[in-house]
Amino acid sequence: MELTGAQILLECLKREGVEVIFGFPGGAVIDIYNELPNTSLRHILVRHEQAAIHAADGFARASGKVGCCLVTSGPGATNTVTGIATAYMDSIPVVILTGQVPTPLIGNDAFQEVDIVGITRPCTKHNYLVKDVRDLAHVIRQAFYLARSGRPGPVLVDLPKDVMQVKTKFVWPEDVKMRSYNPNVKPHAGQIKKVAQLIRDAERPIIYAGGGVITSQGHEALTWLAQNLHIPVTATLMGLGCFPGKDRLWLGMLGMHGTYAANMAVNNADLVLAVGARFDDRVTGKVSTFAPMAKLVHIDIDPTSIQKNVSVHVPLVSDCRLALEALKEELTPSLAEYDFETGHLPWVSKVRAWAKEHPLSYQPSETTIKPQSVVEKLHELTRGEAVICTEVGQHQMWAAQFYTFNEPNCFLSSGGLGTMGYGFPAAIGAQFARPDKMVIDIAGDGSIQMNIQELATSVCNNLGVKIVILNNGYLGMVRQWQELFYKKNYCSTCMDAQPDFVKLAEAYGAKGFRISDPKDLERVLKQALDTPGTVIVDVRVEREENVYPMVPAGASLTDMLLV
Amino acid sequence: MRHILSVIVENEPGVLSRVAGLFSGRGFNIESLNVGPTLDPGVSVMTIATEGDEQIIEQIVKQLRKLITVIKVVDLTDLKSVLRELLLLKVNANDTNRAEILRIVDIFRCKVVDVSIDELTIEATGNHEKINAILGLLTRFGVKEISRSGMVAMKRSLQV
Ligand SMILES: Cc1ncc(C[n+]2csc(CCOP(=O)(O)OP(=O)(O)O)c2C)c(N)n1
Ligand SMILES: [Mg+2]
Repeated sequence: MELTGAQILLECLKREGVEVIFGFPGGAVIDIYNELPNTSLRHILVRHEQAAIHAADGFARASGKVGCCLVTSGPGATNTVTGIATAYMDSIPVVILTGQVPTPLIGNDAFQEVDIVGITRPCTKHNYLVKDVRDLAHVIRQAFYLARSGRPGPVLVDLPKDVMQVKTKFVWPEDVKMRSYNPNVKPHAGQIKKVAQLIRDAERPIIYAGGGVITSQGHEALTWLAQNLHIPVTATLMGLGCFPGKDRLWLGMLGMHGTYAANMAVNNADLVLAVGARFDDRVTGKVSTFAPMAKLVHIDIDPTSIQKNVSVHVPLVSDCRLALEALKEELTPSLAEYDFETGHLPWVSKVRAWAKEHPLSYQPSETTIKPQSVVEKLHELTRGEAVICTEVGQHQMWAAQFYTFNEPNCFLSSGGLGTMGYGFPAAIGAQFARPDKMVIDIAGDGSIQMNIQELATSVCNNLGVKIVILNNGYLGMVRQWQELFYKKNYCSTCMDAQPDFVKLAEAYGAKGFRISDPKDLERVLKQALDTPGTVIVDVRVEREENVYPMVPAGASLTDMLLV
Repeated sequence: MRHILSVIVENEPGVLSRVAGLFSGRGFNIESLNVGPTLDPGVSVMTIATEGDEQIIEQIVKQLRKLITVIKVVDLTDLKSVLRELLLLKVNANDTNRAEILRIVDIFRCKVVDVSIDELTIEATGNHEKINAILGLLTRFGVKEISRSGMVAMKRSLQV
């Protein structure tokens, strides 16, 4: 049977398992929109294309599936670039479908023409321009395969209008073969033996876990290893949730705003098992002083991550889950021979002592609401079971520090790119992935204004997304740097001219609450979370609170500024 | 140290820009880059001359391999291989020095490909060092223009 390009595209999406697609129409994609009602695909109309890609990203992070978005050519396409770069930095599987001017016009500066393939080349895992409808099904198949396999990432497919209109015979490619792409996913047996021996020999081991553990669903194997071999665990922002936060071996996040215990433990460890992490500068601090006493083992699916920022003793290119499971199998017999618990007792006690010495903390107040206390309250009220999204800034760090995560795929935050405006649209995507869960965007007053228009999307889809603004009237994280390193020159960081967020919520048909008195915090927060539908809670917090601990940029992890 | 990489790629639009973009975006250095067809019309070969310490070269090779359109990367530096460049050079020549120039052309087994009253155009092939040596010897006569290809390379059959 002959189908049009648009019909083939939508049929391919269905066969790839896409159920929800976030998008915004325009001239170059009308043909696709024209066919949408004839399919079972659910299209969510956003209010800005940046939100479409962030929502697809949030959907992917919360579900572990590939997210998908559809936008028009030119400005529609360029509006997705920040979101594509966000997904790229955090290795999130998304497929971005962009309209393009008809093939005969390409290169002529036609109306709404932009070379989106050229623009996104450095921030996609791969991208395609489909010039012939006969290639379409193959390209879509490859796009999804590339997005989800190996180290996942965004893949963009540019679709000229005429290619969507012409007809061809539809053939579904049963499998994808690419001679130039073979992600190496299985661990090397010899390397596994080496790592296992290092673990047996270590006196002060620590696991440093990153987003790769979550992507690969390696959390169970990781938890098994840590608990049975008595190895303390720390994680990056992207890794939060890969190990139960209530476990006594959990040290909290490491790095710039990591805990005292995590940073001290890394500094004193004799073995660091880096799993699905990439030694980012926000994590290592001054690289030359990172884990000075340790042998480094680095497990990652992407060979380019290994030996990039630090030189490691044992590299292991592998899917993290497969490597962790292989280690579990290799080390299971050792449980009978070695008493890991007793062996590691001095180390674990020392680590616990650091945690006691300087736990995450803040000065409580009777008169002003402390932002950290809001996160703690949210944790309490949701029993730690919510999906937490964040924007970028101080509130993001407080969310990471004070909301203890116990499950993977429940903390959605722009780690690598640090994109303000990410959290709310990501929360919308996450709510579609997890209709069963409470989804909360912990936001800053600055960031929330970057995609506030999505209130319309959330309200008209009856989503129960809760936005909790830790409103300090500042671009707080920048203000903190100005305070500490720029002699309090608060240039352009004071945001006290802001909308009335409660009225704004109401204008969009959402519910709004405001909390200014610590005495009202619990009651009103609970009331807000219990209110059905989209809700904004404007929490007026201590304006000049800082995030601690803090390792100044470029300093060693042990040079922490404490509360 | 200088490394010569032979990069086998899918012959499709944009592949050169993916490779060039990788080098510029990550601050790697390209000394020369040559692209051409292979026996398989679906595949092209790029020969890239680049500079860097071991860690940088390792990154370059891995990053190239990570590009979806790259099929294979071989670092020819550690292998026995034949490396060639082509040089076209226009040099001033008059009755007093023409013979001397032609002698150099002879010694290096170059070719004269164009002649006028006061100029000679010379074609030379050879490895990087030989081309540099020819250039060095002809400079004093007044070189007016040069055009140099990037390198092309091939692994030798016997690697002993
Ligand atoms: C799109 C974007 N622009 C600028 C920045 C730089 N930046 C990082 S944090 C921050 C302040 C964010 O303010 P707010 O959302 O109010 O959060 P707070 O730090 O006050 O909690 C800024 C401007 C960024 N990360 N992203
Ligand atoms: Mg703020």
